[in-house]
Amino acid sequence: MTSLTMVQALNSGLRRAMENDPKVLLMGEDIGPLGGVFRVTDGLQKDFGEDRVIDTPLAESGIVGTAVGLAMRGYRPVVEIQFDGFVFPAFDQIVTMVAKHHYRSGGITPMPIVIRIPFGGGIGAVEHHSESPEAYFAHTPGLRVLTPADAAEAYVTIQQAIASDDPVIYLEPKRRYWDRAEVDDLSPISGSPWSSRVLRTGADVTLVAYGPMVRTCLEAAQAASEDGVECSVIDLRSLSPLDLDPVVRDVQSTGRCVVIHEAPVMLGVGSEVAAAVSERCFFSLEAPVERVGGAYVPYPPNRYEQHYLPDVDRVLDAIDRVMSV
Amino acid sequence: MTEDVISLLTPEGELLQHPDYPLEVDHDLLRRLYRDIVLTRRQDIESTALQRTGELGLWCPVLGQEAAQVGAGHAMRPHDYGFTTYREVGLFHVRGVDPVELLHLYRGVSHASWDPRRVGLGLFTIVIGSHALHSVGYAMGIQRDGADEAVLSCFGDGATSTGDVHEAMVFAAAFNAPVVFFVQNNQWAISVPVDRQARAPLALRAAGYGMPAVRVDGNDVLASLAVTRAMLDRAREGAGPAFVEAVTYRRGPHTTSDDPTRYRDEDELSHWESLDPLDRLVRHMELVGALDADFIAAITAEADALGERLRSAIRGMEDPDPLGMFDHVYAEPHPQVQSDRAAMAAYLAAGEAS
Repeated sequence: MTSLTMVQALNSGLRRAMENDPKVLLMGEDIGPLGGVFRVTDGLQKDFGEDRVIDTPLAESGIVGTAVGLAMRGYRPVVEIQFDGFVFPAFDQIVTMVAKHHYRSGGITPMPIVIRIPFGGGIGAVEHHSESPEAYFAHTPGLRVLTPADAAEAYVTIQQAIASDDPVIYLEPKRRYWDRAEVDDLSPISGSPWSSRVLRTGADVTLVAYGPMVRTCLEAAQAASEDGVECSVIDLRSLSPLDLDPVVRDVQSTGRCVVIHEAPVMLGVGSEVAAAVSERCFFSLEAPVERVGGAYVPYPPNRYEQHYLPDVDRVLDAIDRVMSV
Repeated sequence: MTEDVISLLTPEGELLQHPDYPLEVDHDLLRRLYRDIVLTRRQDIESTALQRTGELGLWCPVLGQEAAQVGAGHAMRPHDYGFTTYREVGLFHVRGVDPVELLHLYRGVSHASWDPRRVGLGLFTIVIGSHALHSVGYAMGIQRDGADEAVLSCFGDGATSTGDVHEAMVFAAAFNAPVVFFVQNNQWAISVPVDRQARAPLALRAAGYGMPAVRVDGNDVLASLAVTRAMLDRAREGAGPAFVEAVTYRRGPHTTSDDPTRYRDEDELSHWESLDPLDRLVRHMELVGALDADFIAAITAEADALGERLRSAIRGMEDPDPLGMFDHVYAEPHPQVQSDRAAMAAYLAAGEAS
């Protein structure tokens, strides 16, 4: 075991994937000598060369579109989009080409492309640097969507995403980039990333989150426990596919569910979770499913973000609401 | 570059060699080009007729552009790779795309038609210009493989306005990728004339990216062949991307849903009819004695057989099994697709049982 930040864990995971498969290429802006603006690719161009760690022109559609061509030729490109708000110039290529190509080719041409996107807020950044676009991608058949909650997860799931023959939108919670965890970087990678993880079990409320909000929920569950309310915490980890069986099982026991994400509540991933829980746990529910997330406003200037982003207190407030029904 | 348009065949059908684009022309080559243009034209006519009789939802006619495409197709080597629009019927024919398979898309039973590995052509994209980037990425893969291959990237004058085509040129130049952009300037993007896309010859754009460009007479099959071959050879040798503007004309509608009488006049159409690419080739073949009645009859019979084959394959083609829509969404099993498929299967089974 090694203590690594999420940035270091991703770097190690990328390095291992490149060592294991010569077809793995990295592409993106400033990922070469600079190592990416967050340093996730630090040192990789020096070790793997400019043909495998490609500093591209500054054009996101160009990066993803050329990745499609490389995938057609048998490569496995791993694309870095510098920030969440900059993925939209590539949105057309992702939604119309990356997501659909295996389908439209009748299964002949897979698209083993990983698109890494640092996402979410909480770092005091300027406009377009704090967004949570996951629902767009999870809503698009043909894409898989993964988001690691901590460094240990990041080390394993980035390699699993690269090994997948399907395209994966890989959302890195940038506010957790510098959090440390013990990472097992010696054992072989095993298990499936396409399932939820039950991180804590409690009898009263089921908290469902992913990415940056997992830590927030663990902290809220700890605080609630001190007040005598016991919460389960489930990390969805994969947003497509969405593995709700562990959530349903847990809610059938607790009867109460709160879903938390940074993205606006309106038509967010939490809406799908709430609808599925209502369908499948209708006779077990003691309270309506609560959703905690961003307001229906563009991501605000960062002096507002402490109010915009869900925090421990807002999760506790929602727990109070479902407990008081 | 100059703004001159390179031709090898005069309107009267005389062959003039060009110092930069020499071409060995024998009777066998002329006959193969003749056959390919005639069969492309017949495929186009038959497909339009199938749409008009309700057997196809749509067709994109190629009339007028056959020489540009057939010439470019002959310029490619077997292991080269092409990316096209939906209108490259001549190129599909030269590369061996089954004309019945091509119609599966227009019949609505499939989103795509052929196995790219077999014919060395990527599936065409319907979003204009998107595939220009795929061409460059594929060419970057050729570079990394160290292969002696090049990519032909076909699109039209309208596509040159898209951001993806611009980014494709930037990437191709930055990485010196072995790709030739083959732009058929057919003068119209549905109803919008080329001067709304560009106020200077399209080929002039290439200089800004740092790549050579040539304007070629797209109604001259020998010129299209000679110029495109030279550019593909150059790309294979590591000299980087190039831009070919084939100046031609779309004489038919944009698609069978279009009505060009609303936006262009008869005089323009008549002018381009007088420049018909097959007529020009025929005049040359007659001059050099490469065309005889037996050969013409044989190709006509082949075209008739092609028409009969298309009609019999498409008329009355069965709709696909409804559950086929769930196939190949993902390469690996995806629980959401599986559960949606199971739900539809149960619904259909219940309907059949009741």
